[in-house]
Amino acid sequence: MILVSVVFIFTFGLKPGIDFKGGALLEVSYTGARPEVSMLESAIKKQNINQALIQPTGELGYLIKTRDLTEKEHETLSKSLSFSGKYPGAEKGFTSIGPSVGSELARKAILSIIFVIIAIILFITYAFRKVSLPVASWKYGIITIITLLHDIIIPAGIFTLISHYTGAEVDTLFVLALLTILGLSVHDKIVVFDRIRENLREGDKKDFAHIVGTSTSQTIVRSINITLTIIFVLVPLYLFGPETTKNFALILTIGLFFGIYSSLFFASPLLVWVEEWQAKNKK
Amino acid sequence: MRKRIILAVIILLIGMGVAFFVYKTEPKLNKNFETQRAFFKKFPFRLGLDLSGGSHLIYKADVSAVPSGEVPGSMDALRDVIERRINLFGVSEPVVQVEHTGGLGVFSLGGGGEQLIVDLPGITDIKKAVEMIGQTPVLEFKTEAPKDAKPQTVNATVDKNGKLTVPTLDLGQHFVATELTGRYLKKATLERDPNTLEFKVSLQFDDTGTKLFAKITKENIGKAVAIFLDGAPVSTPVVREEIPNGQAVISGNFSPNEAKLLVGRLNSGALPVPIALSSTQTIGATLGESAVNAGVKAAIIGFLLVALFLILWYRLPGVIAVLALSFYTAVLLAIFKLLPVTLTSAGIGGFIISLGMAVDANVLIFERMKEEIKKGHSIHDGIHDGFKRAWSSVRDSNTSSIITSIILFWLGTPLIKGFALTFGLGVLVSMFSAITVSRIFLYALGIKKSNKLTKFLFSSGITRT
Repeated sequence: MILVSVVFIFTFGLKPGIDFKGGALLEVSYTGARPEVSMLESAIKKQNINQALIQPTGELGYLIKTRDLTEKEHETLSKSLSFSGKYPGAEKGFTSIGPSVGSELARKAILSIIFVIIAIILFITYAFRKVSLPVASWKYGIITIITLLHDIIIPAGIFTLISHYTGAEVDTLFVLALLTILGLSVHDKIVVFDRIRENLREGDKKDFAHIVGTSTSQTIVRSINITLTIIFVLVPLYLFGPETTKNFALILTIGLFFGIYSSLFFASPLLVWVEEWQAKNKK
Repeated sequence: MRKRIILAVIILLIGMGVAFFVYKTEPKLNKNFETQRAFFKKFPFRLGLDLSGGSHLIYKADVSAVPSGEVPGSMDALRDVIERRINLFGVSEPVVQVEHTGGLGVFSLGGGGEQLIVDLPGITDIKKAVEMIGQTPVLEFKTEAPKDAKPQTVNATVDKNGKLTVPTLDLGQHFVATELTGRYLKKATLERDPNTLEFKVSLQFDDTGTKLFAKITKENIGKAVAIFLDGAPVSTPVVREEIPNGQAVISGNFSPNEAKLLVGRLNSGALPVPIALSSTQTIGATLGESAVNAGVKAAIIGFLLVALFLILWYRLPGVIAVLALSFYTAVLLAIFKLLPVTLTSAGIGGFIISLGMAVDANVLIFERMKEEIKKGHSIHDGIHDGFKRAWSSVRDSNTSSIITSIILFWLGTPLIKGFALTFGLGVLVSMFSAITVSRIFLYALGIKKSNKLTKFLFSSGITRT
């Protein structure tokens, strides 16, 4: 799965939205009938704006993406789109982000993801400090991060596949969705690890693999139920929610699904594997 | 036992009170809103620009001419000036903030730019918004370059929009900048020369400005000192003597209106640093409103689905969880109103996710309770142990969420900040509601005996087990 996702990311590439690379986004809606896309294209070309991506939205609207525009360019473009009153309409929203602002946003987004990951490793190391046998607590942290990468890369991969066909772009909300997946997935891992911690403390003489196995099966109902409840919230958000959060809900649902899968079938076996590997080295 | 029931009733009453407060302060829900007492009108939800409609402008400030130690000071001065300008036009609750990009607190690597972020709720016409902030005058004083250059006088005009037009003249390079700028201006007044009847703008500098001006005039006796507005010279008088009182006059063949406009613009504040518009965003009011409606609809349906699931699966504890969740929602919404938290679509996303976390805590506890009861504990002990044992995982997982939200709030872009704030607050309140409120309610039920009915109520699943 990870391999496939990485392949997707590299072949299709993540398309940065205007949030990150700069550009302009104009949303218009017409009151009567809307003009053809080709008409809009030629009208935009006339303004010396070379590349424009035009997507129909709803019944009577268009989303137009171009390079970043100055206020003057925006004004003339906005006027030209009504075709001198032939197609009356209104501009619903306009965003223009300069390239420098965009790269700044991208930098901040990446930085915040890195910081969150570091903080999670530190926190897990701290929270599980009493559980140093048989696997040191910082290894729990590292394992969490490895599985988190899995949880993030797969939705990102699926997203690139979707964006390849629908033209969806990576925007701040996409980063937000990944961060939320991170948060929820950490919750999951902590719950499983917590159970392992408790079972270890109770001094069962059984071997480590067995304890991990029991702990996983003890938390499985909770993991599934909580994913279900969050999906219950996300599905209406996708179906009825605002246009802007649709992709957000979609990525989140995908991410949650794989998050559960990874904490149950990936994090725990990894833990066992680390323990076995340690034991082998001791001999 | 009685104590617990009283406690539960108190919590219920508080919850209902808070919910009533939220209801009363929301014009959309409360049909009699207009006739309410002023107290209730003070706390509407504060909606972000993406939901209420408005303009979001980002200006890049050119601080290359400012010594690095004084950058924060001049940026604050710039913000004050812009704020005054916007207030003149009566926009409700504008937000003007300075953002230092590049270095991030501890990571002050330097080389970052200075930005000014301007949020104008309700203004959806960017052209008007940009005009409002104006082609703001940048006032500079420059002295003659050592090179031998002829002082010239240029007639500048200010049109009715406040825009300055100056005949193109390659004059700038003959002058060198001084430290004296509009930053040190105390006030500008309109004057009329009694002899020539010409309109003039007279300037009064503040203390620092007066000293600077005295120094400049002393060093340049017999030479021209040019007054530049928006990078163009408007007047280049020749200094006859040192001027110690901090007064200067701009005479530039102004018409009465031009002079008046210039005075107004200078008084509302000459910009200490030049700025350029780098990003704009407008959200139409209808777009914002439909987003709000869609968001609210999605949240209600989501909440109902979750409630249905909890009750079907966890039965009696499920009902309690739904009560605790309602309490949680009411408290959180009230916090949003009181702080106030500016709600954006990302912020609402954060709120919905924290709702999920709140459910998570309940589910963890109930699963644990069920296990303990299965092990043969009585229901009362089961509840007790369930809470005790689930606590460590609820605590650890929520702590990690809070750490995440703090980092995001600290580093994030404005959109991410909004998400982090509602998410973090939500997690805090949810921990309280899951641990305290659910527990108080469950104990208050006072179930001690185990019989078929209670066993049924406390087990889970759709089937009767």
